[in-house]
Amino acid sequence: MVLTTIYALLFYFATAVLLFGVGYKVYQYASVPAPLKIPTTPAPTTRTGVVLRMLREVIWFESLFRANKWIWLFGMLFHGALWLVLLRHVRYFIDPVWTWVILIQPIGKYAGFIMMIGLVGLLVRRIAVERIRYISSPSDYLMLVLLLAIGGSGLMMTFVLHTDIVQFKAFMLGVMTFSWQPIPPDPILLLHLTAVLLLMIIFPYSKLLHAPGVFFSPTRNQVDNPREQRHIADWAKRLEDASSS
Amino acid sequence: MAKTIDVPVLKPYIEIPKLQPDVMAGSGPYIAKPDMQAALGFRGELPEDWQSIALNKMGELLKKYRSFQVYMDACVKCGACTDKCHYLLGTADPKNMPVARQDLIRKVYRRYFTLAGKYFPKLVGAVDLTEEVLNDWHNYYHQCSECRRCSVYCPYGIDTAEVTMAAREILNSIGRGQKYSNEIIGKVYKIGNNLGLPEPALRDTLEGLEEDVEADIGIKVRFPLDEAGAEILLVTPSADFFAEPHVDGLVGYAKVFHQAGVTWTLSSKASEAANFGLFIGSYENMRRIALRIREAAIELGVKRIVFGECGHAWRVAYSFLNTLAGPFDFLDPRYPVPQHICEFTYDLLQSGKLTLDKSVNDHRVMTFHDSCNVARASRMGNVPGGQFTIPRELIKAACNNFYDMAPETIHDQTYCCGGGGGLLTDDLLELRIKGAMPRMQALQQATEQYQITHLAAICAICKSQFTKVLPYYGFKMDQVISVHQLIGDAIVFQTDSEHPENNTVT
Ligand code: SF4
Ligand code: SF4
Repeated sequence: MVLTTIYALLFYFATAVLLFGVGYKVYQYASVPAPLKIPTTPAPTTRTGVVLRMLREVIWFESLFRANKWIWLFGMLFHGALWLVLLRHVRYFIDPVWTWVILIQPIGKYAGFIMMIGLVGLLVRRIAVERIRYISSPSDYLMLVLLLAIGGSGLMMTFVLHTDIVQFKAFMLGVMTFSWQPIPPDPILLLHLTAVLLLMIIFPYSKLLHAPGVFFSPTRNQVDNPREQRHIADWAKRLEDASSS
Repeated sequence: MAKTIDVPVLKPYIEIPKLQPDVMAGSGPYIAKPDMQAALGFRGELPEDWQSIALNKMGELLKKYRSFQVYMDACVKCGACTDKCHYLLGTADPKNMPVARQDLIRKVYRRYFTLAGKYFPKLVGAVDLTEEVLNDWHNYYHQCSECRRCSVYCPYGIDTAEVTMAAREILNSIGRGQKYSNEIIGKVYKIGNNLGLPEPALRDTLEGLEEDVEADIGIKVRFPLDEAGAEILLVTPSADFFAEPHVDGLVGYAKVFHQAGVTWTLSSKASEAANFGLFIGSYENMRRIALRIREAAIELGVKRIVFGECGHAWRVAYSFLNTLAGPFDFLDPRYPVPQHICEFTYDLLQSGKLTLDKSVNDHRVMTFHDSCNVARASRMGNVPGGQFTIPRELIKAACNNFYDMAPETIHDQTYCCGGGGGLLTDDLLELRIKGAMPRMQALQQATEQYQITHLAAICAICKSQFTKVLPYYGFKMDQVISVHQLIGDAIVFQTDSEHPENNTVT
């Protein structure tokens, strides 16, 4: 029961940190003005064009593709597989399970391997390429290690040492409905969960902020129309008012 | 003491160098004198409590610029940008990798503005703001030409130029400005242009040009100054008034205006297109410089504003002028404000009002250098990428031999000339020579392939920088020319029955 209490409380805590932390950063990004038009050109001249540019960026990693095919490949493998794995995990949070979640289950299971290949590729590059090694801090390595631990423990449970997944789902639903059920005291599961919770907690304090950040990047999200429209920030407007009065 | 400079050897392709930490550590530019600082509204000298002033400034900028705030957080250290900077490629100093350049300030941001850096500095690479860090800022934020090449490749669009500008603004706030940029801004405020050319001298120069052109082609092409009631105000970099090869570009614009049959004028008040406020990241100074153009346009009662060939100037003009100094509702709404001279000439060409004799330029085999800020921070015409096609269309209309350099070195992937962003000063000559290497490499390759004789550019900084560095790489300094020199040389003047006043053929 102690274990159940600890993990249940950790879940609430981690969820709160993640939501409020990221919520605060998004609020901050949205409220800090972008006082000048600085899209990296050629840039779209319409809102629709910008939405498409952003989609190409977050789905296809367009800029990264132009920059470096290896980083693109490993980044793509990791992020693509991560999505599948995350979607597959929806089954532990709902009952009954939606059909599409059941349908992706087989792909989702094997996507875990792809994810690991991507992560290992990124880690090897970080260690082996002099330039990337130079710019890496301990946290950059630890982040990959953490993700590898999550992926590795997850794969272990899926393919080698099965955990009591029915009981785990009961725990998860219990946490969500505030009627706690015991957590299976399986070390690999606990490792998996601990790593995930840690990731959720550090999310708003780390470079994982690239996920919300990309949508607020002025070089990517601005419409190229400065000759047609003035684009004046409040603080810049005050300079104008001051000089005209 | 003049240090001998190892000029990079051009290879058949660009090699990513093995890193040589701190080779460029002592290569920062001269520091601005207190009176130069004061003229721009900055502190004169480094005060004792500079750390807290710098940190306050950083906090202020994080609240004023979304780019700065987001870019401090979003970098994942993927390394995609690490080989994209011409200064890294030319110097091998790792702090010239865009991400490493950002990190010089990011590690301080983390230390003072993030929870992780406050409590676990070692883990996330956060450091205190020490004198050593300050010196690195001064050195390496003046080894960035704000060319934005890195921003093209970053998956989050992180633009190191934005970070450099923020850093320079912080440096200025603690009295550590850069002599070259700040001195020039002072001249613009005092005299009206970067070169400190006063009105009488300017008038003299223009009269001389008028005589030269008339002697040359037998037509009186005018170079008007401060003529109220002219239709067009031309704002052009002051180098166009006498430096080679810039001045031939100015002659080209004048011939185009002459042939178009429009009235135009230069202004002694706004006798400079470049806006160095951009380089130092100072919105206030950029605005103050931009407002001269608005005032000149109002005083002279013009209908249109056209900018001459100048890269960073065009960025400020195209992307910021309307914001900084608009609205321009007193101008003719049929034309964009402002227009680029290339747009003007292109429109003329499209409407059949300009006849060019390409054969005049047959002795030239041309290639074109996309200037960084035109390519990646502005546009021409009304479709994205017009900044690439329009100048090329002009060149092709004016000569028979045109070839592009390698595709990964042109358009938005172009390499900076190595002298942009406030670095065009002799105290940074070594950096400028080394930073030019990638562009020189592409030029060398194209020269071998197509026997290129001339490199056309549409930026005053590019032209000056190339004039200086071409010889170090075995080229000749006069191989760089203005796009409008080609046009000017090829124009076939036609008698115009609608505007007989233009037909003053003597
Ligand atoms: S903006 Fe240009 S000079 Fe500055 S870091 Fe990026 S690529 Fe290098
Ligand atoms: S490409 Fe962008 S995210 Fe990657 S290291 Fe460079 S600045 Fe950081």
